Parts: sequence; structure tokens; C-alpha cells
Amino acid sequence: MHRRNFVKATAISIALATAGFSSLPAVAADTIKVGILHSLSGTMAISETALKETALMTIAEINAKGGVMGKKLEPVVVDPASNWPLFAEKARGLLTQDKVAVVFGCWTSVSRKSVNPVFKELNGLLFYPVQYEGEELEKNVFYTGAAPNQQAIPAVEYLMSKDGGSAKRFVLLGTDYVYPRTTNKILRAFLKSKGVAEADIMEDYTPFGHSDYQTIIAKIKKFSSEGKKTAVVSTINGDSNVPFYKELGNAGLKATDVPVVAFSVGEEELRGVDTKPLVGHLAAWNYFESIKNPTNEAFIKMYKDWAVKQKLPNAATVVTNDPMEATYIGIHMWAQAVEKAKSTDTDKVIAAMAGQTFKAPDGFLIKMDEKNHHLHKPVFIGEIKADGQFNVVWKTKGPIKAEPWSPYIAGNDKKKGEPEVAAK
Amino acid sequence: MRHIFVTILVALSSFAHAAVDTRLLTQLAAEDSDEKIIAIQKIAQSAEPDAKSILQSLADGNLNDPDGQPITINNRVRREIDGALAVLKLFDPSAVVRLNSVKEISTNVDASMAPMLRKAIAQESDVKVKALLVEVYALATLKDPDKDIRLAAVTALATSADPNNKSVLFEMSKPENEAETAVRMAAFRSYLQVKQRQTVVENVGRVFSGLSLASILLLAAMGLAITYGVMGVINMAHGELLMIGAYATFGVQSIFRTFFPAQLDWYVPVAIPVAFLAAAAVGVVLERTVIRWLYGRPLETLLATWGLSLILIQAARLIFGAQNVELANPSWMTGGVEVMPGIVLPLNRIFIIGFSLFVLTLVWVLMNKTRLGMFVRAVTQNRGMAGCVGVPTARIDTVAFALGAGIAGLGGVALSQIANVGPDMGQGYIVDSFMVVVLGGVGQLAGAVWAALGLGVATKFIEAGAGAVVAKILVLVFIIIFIQKRPQGLFALKGRFVES
Repeated sequence: MHRRNFVKATAISIALATAGFSSLPAVAADTIKVGILHSLSGTMAISETALKETALMTIAEINAKGGVMGKKLEPVVVDPASNWPLFAEKARGLLTQDKVAVVFGCWTSVSRKSVNPVFKELNGLLFYPVQYEGEELEKNVFYTGAAPNQQAIPAVEYLMSKDGGSAKRFVLLGTDYVYPRTTNKILRAFLKSKGVAEADIMEDYTPFGHSDYQTIIAKIKKFSSEGKKTAVVSTINGDSNVPFYKELGNAGLKATDVPVVAFSVGEEELRGVDTKPLVGHLAAWNYFESIKNPTNEAFIKMYKDWAVKQKLPNAATVVTNDPMEATYIGIHMWAQAVEKAKSTDTDKVIAAMAGQTFKAPDGFLIKMDEKNHHLHKPVFIGEIKADGQFNVVWKTKGPIKAEPWSPYIAGNDKKKGEPEVAAK
Repeated sequence: MRHIFVTILVALSSFAHAAVDTRLLTQLAAEDSDEKIIAIQKIAQSAEPDAKSILQSLADGNLNDPDGQPITINNRVRREIDGALAVLKLFDPSAVVRLNSVKEISTNVDASMAPMLRKAIAQESDVKVKALLVEVYALATLKDPDKDIRLAAVTALATSADPNNKSVLFEMSKPENEAETAVRMAAFRSYLQVKQRQTVVENVGRVFSGLSLASILLLAAMGLAITYGVMGVINMAHGELLMIGAYATFGVQSIFRTFFPAQLDWYVPVAIPVAFLAAAAVGVVLERTVIRWLYGRPLETLLATWGLSLILIQAARLIFGAQNVELANPSWMTGGVEVMPGIVLPLNRIFIIGFSLFVLTLVWVLMNKTRLGMFVRAVTQNRGMAGCVGVPTARIDTVAFALGAGIAGLGGVALSQIANVGPDMGQGYIVDSFMVVVLGGVGQLAGAVWAALGLGVATKFIEAGAGAVVAKILVLVFIIIFIQKRPQGLFALKGRFVES
């Protein structure tokens, strides 16, 4: 509410830029509006609220350095409330009423799927900051999170390796929606290609917001007792993770017996959990707060200062995580692309995005692929420590290219690694 | 070498005269897990007096490498340390330590441990530890070249409660793994016994989780059983009263964090009366301002209370923020107790089952043994007549509604310990609460108890087979059919609501 105007108040000096103005005529001459579309209430608020804060922080950082093309960025924050159809409505509002140049937002794939047609129809631009299942390549979307080959596949390979515990049986556990279902489909095909039998894979789903994990834990216990080393791959999303990990700790299922590797659990989600019984359980991401390098130290400090300045709840204990880093990278890359294109026009920015690079907190110079709208990212696997942070136990040598179309799904070999351009 | 040695032992200053080879300590800091594991094995085998403490601090992350950075370990290394420590602790003076050590060994036992285990069995005095040791010894001797020892081993495993042994025995009963027919037969017999015991264990576990779910449903629904069941108010804001109880618990926790951090573990008992009073106070306000003008008009009540629920949710959002708040279980409520081998009952769930029984007793006593309860029942059954004999009906309505709201607040305390606490948490329970009250029969406390039990246990048994999503659907379908056939619910009571 009050944030919508705080940038305006500071933006007084105006550049003389006349050429290459945005194709959106209603954009105020003195600012560029950018939309922030994250759930600030409901089951996904646990994960998405921090992304809104990161976006606002990054925008403030860019504005402090003079903005983009001499103009300040003006954030427009809306709350789609973990309600998927509402995401589409709010996205339409951002594009048609607020006339934003770009939208940073969404966490769950179901929310992204619900806004995709809107961005396509209105030729908007969305930066999506979360790891996801792939099987999608929209011209109007840039994916700054991981594709399956940048997270899920390496994580399972690690579990099968000697250091990961040489797992032979797998429990694929998820929240019941498109991301876990598709990821598990890919993983199932991948495991089969590695010679894991059908009987050694158990797949189970729970609804969004599910809070009673007794049955699931009992099932995992039973499954793991039937011989061979078992590991759990969790794609549980949102605040269900808190009761899941609580139950896991209370039931005494230790990481040395049955390790759980999670794809949607980071530092932020673990804040609400006593992590002592969870030591050794894993998460696979492209960034951890515990990674040591100067860029990351600056990033963490910037966010901590921001939290104190904005008086966020529990400001003293805020953490950074992978999707926050991806949001940070996305906004900076977009700003660079706008500078390069000298315009906020969607098509010009898309063209300018190809090959953009950015020195990211993960310690690498991250590159946006020339064609496929995904970042080249390094992969890290971390074990939960008693203080809720992660110990990196495995990492790739450098950034790897995303494969949005997983080779483990039949028919994908024929798909092109770039968005289909519709005939005009 | 000397200076590295000193750095490594920063965490172990009292062992500066350590006897463990310093080269092994540097090897512990190696990048490669294989190197680390070799070092751990050598340290364990050295049986030096400080071996145990070195491994323990490595496991706790307190051991530093020559550069002063903590040595990182992964699960594989951790497993190795646990195993090595367990062996070192096998002759510990404390029986509890020995029991845990044997349990740890049982997860990773091999034939080389047999002589050591034999020695441990001979020395063991504790019955429980000894029984487990015999079992682990059997596991270690399963591949013994002597067929009599193998036979003894598979026979000994028949009494095992460890589910892992089921598959071990099953493998042993296959001809490709075991040449002797007699051993195979014995292995199969033992397998059947272990399997049968496993089935019992599983069902006990399911009944417990069913009971746990039932206790939560009951706590959520008990307040509604009074406001809707007895008074006939269709209270759509009931879920928000649960939420107020949960936020009151959060408030008490915050106060304890700030002012009595040492007593933080005891915030829950303090939160119980606070949550009751907070929710009851909101109940009084709701009744006095809105609901009392709508008695006897169920449709308007429904709409008005729905509006109230939105107001309460929004109010919570404004005061506490839209994000879930963090509630930590007190330490006496974390972890679980092993009631039978293979069944760990989480303490927070045991607490909630006990708490729901306490609240149930409280409500029953209030309604059946006190003057207030008598008045409430009198007003319910015949308002006019109750007024004639001098019962202050309007005030009784307020008190009864406040009581129902307060009980919902108590439910909120319980929910805060297992579920997420956020502004819209109540929305998830309103349907369940109405389900329990309607299924049980409006106006009946006993009905609510039976309905909660039935729904809880049934849900858990369906979940085990069909999964959580299908279980939810099946339960709702069942209730629709049940209400069609028997609209008055399990138990029916005559009252003003039922008659009108």
C-alpha cells in the first residue's frame, strides 16, 4: 500500500530520454512500473512473502544506483492469496490497469500455468524465480529457477551414489498438483533407465495445506523396512512442510536410515521447524545461504539490513534462499536487458535478454541462455544442519545448461530448445 | 605436525595428551569421504580412551580441520561414526546407552562383529539389552559356514520385532541364498512370525493415528456442538474462534520468550486458560452485538456469522500479518515414545489425545453437573417455560455461546501444536467441525464423540490404502449418503432447534 508510492516520492530528477520509449503509452514518464505477483497470504505465503521482499529490495538497490535508463522503478505489489485463478486476474490487472513493463512472480507451477495465457495474450513479460518441472517454454516467460536437470536429476543421482547412501528404493512424495506430478513422472522414467524396478518406487501425494503426515510417515517406514536402502524425494510445497518435518522428527526417522531430499524446502521454510532431529536430511538447490563468497556476503547483508529497515517479523533471524537469489538475478538481468534494448518493449527486452550475464551470489557468473529462456546454473546439494542452514556436500563444477524438455519424457527429443514463435 | 595437532584439538583441550595418532586426525579432515571413513575405522579400532570423544565431536560438528574450519560430514560418514560409536559404547555402564548402541549396531551389522557380540552377550545383565543383543548376534551369524549356527540364527530371529528382519528372513528362505532345506524352512517359519507381528504393529499404529485425528476433530467440533448443537446457531465463524485460541497461544509464547525464556517449555499450560478466555470474550462480543438479534433465523445467522468470520480473518491479518506464525513445541512435547518395537507415538499427539479427553470431561461436567448446564439445557428444551420459572434466558444464551467459543479456543491451543497457525487456519476446520456435529446428531455431545472417533479412524485406514486425497473424497461421499439416509445424525435429541 504505502510502498507503492515510496519510490515515487524519491524520484524527482528526470532524465531527458526521448528515444526508445516503452510501447505501453500510459507508463508515467518519470518511472517504470514493475509488477510483483506473489502470494502474501494462504498456504504459499510461507515461501512467497520473502520473494516479494527480495524484489522490493532489489528494486530499491537499482533505484539507489540511478534506476534503469535514468528512470526509477516503481513496484506494484499485489496479493493473489495462494488462489490460482486469482493469479490470472491479478496478472491481467497488472498488465492492463497498472501497465507494468514486467512482472516478477509466481511460485507454484499451477499459478504459473494459470497466468501464462494472460501474458501470452497481452504480450507481457514474466520472470519466474522458482525451480520447476520443465515441459514448458513460453516466449513471454523467463525462468530463473532450475529446470529438472539442474535440480531433480542431480539430486537423485547423488542419492544413488556411494556418498549419498547408494539408495536402491525411492519414495516420491509430493503435494498434489502439476509440479510434483510432472517431476515424479520424469524421475520415474529416469530411475527406470537406471535399472530401478517398478516395485521399488512408491509415489504418494497429499493436498495443499495438508497437515497430518502420520499415515505417510508410517508408509515410508514400512516401505523402507522391506529391504534395500531407501530414500525419499519430497516435492511437498508450502506450509505443509512444517508438519511433515515435525512428524518426521517426532517419529524418529533419521537421515542416516532414510534420507529425505527436498526440492521446495530451503532456509526460509525451515525457520518454523526444530531442525535438530532433521540433521542430515537433504535439499537440492542452485544456491544456499551458507555458500561462502563476497557476492553472497553482500547479498545476505543487504537482505538482513533490508529486513531490519522494513521491520519485517523476526527481522533478526531472516535468511536468504534459492528462489530469493533467482528473483535477485532475474530483476538485475531484466534491468540490464532494458538498458541494452533502450526500451521496455516486451519483444525488444526478450531479444536483449539472450546471453545476459550477472555475477550471482552463488559464486558464478550466471548466463541467460541465448535461446531457451533459462539460466545456466550450478547445482548444490546440502544437508540440513542443527541451526537450520545447509552444509554443501556435493556440487557441480560450474553452471550447467537447462533442459526444459526432459530427455526422460517420450517425444521430447523432437522439441526445439527455444520458444515457438507464433505466426503473426 | 605439532601445531596442526593443537588446532585440531581445540574442541578437545582436555584431551591434549590424547593417544589417538595425530595423522588419523588430519586424515579426518580429508576432502574425500573414503579417506574420512578409513580414519574413523582406525580411530575406533585403536580403542584409545579419547577415541569416543573425538568421534562424538566430529558427529556434532565440533571438530575443526587444520585451518580452523569445522570438518563437514555427510550421511555416509555420519552413519560410519554412529556405527563406530555404537561399538565403543557397547560396554558402557549405563543400560540405556547400551540399548541404543545395540539398536544402532542392528542397522549395520556384519559377520566380523560376531565375536564381539558374543562377548557382550556373556557380560550383559540387563534383560532387554540382552534380548536385543541375541537378535543382533543372530543377524551377524546368518551367513556363518556352520549350518547349525545359521539354523539357530534364523530361529532366534522369529521373535524379532524389527521390520527389517522380515525381508532378511524372506531372502534366507529362497533356495539361491540358502543351501540347507532345514534352515530355509526355519527361516520361512520365522518370516511368517515376524510378518504377523508386523501386521499387528501396523494396525496398532493406524488405530493410534486414527485416535489422534479423532481427538483433533473432537476438539475442533466440541465448541460447535454447544453453539450449533445445543443452541442452534449456525456459526460459520467457529473456525475463527479456533484461530483466536491458536493466536492466544502464540501470544503467550511470545510473552514467555521475552520475559521468562527459562520457563519457555511451560507456555502451553499457561496458554490454556488464556486461549479459553480470549475466545470466550470474542464469543460474548459476537453474541451481544450480532447473534442475539438473529435467534430463530438460521439463514440470516449463517450469512452474518460468515461475514464475522471474514472480519476476524482480516483482523488477524492486520494484527499478526498474513504469514503463518511460528510456534515451537515445548521440549517435553517433541520426540516420541516407543510403545512397541516399531511403533513410535509422537508425544505431541499423545498430549492432544489426553487434552481432548480433559476438555470432553470439562464440557460434560459443565453441561450435566452444574446449575449453568442445567439452565442451558432447560433453555434449549423449552425457552418459554424456562423463562417462566425464573431462568434468565438472555444471559444464559450469552454464557452458553461464550462457553462454546471458549471451548473452540481450547481446540486452538491443541491445533497450534501440530498444524500451522495463520489467519485463515480456521477455514480448514469449519467443514470438519460441521461434519462431526451433523454426523453425530445435532444437540448431542456423545454423538460428536462417536462421530469424531468414527471419522478419524476410518480416514486413517482409508488413507493407508488409497492415499490422503482419495480418503478425503470418500469420507465426504460417505457423509452425504449418511445424511440422506439419516438426517438426524447418529443420535437425535429433542430440543427447540430440532422441533422448529
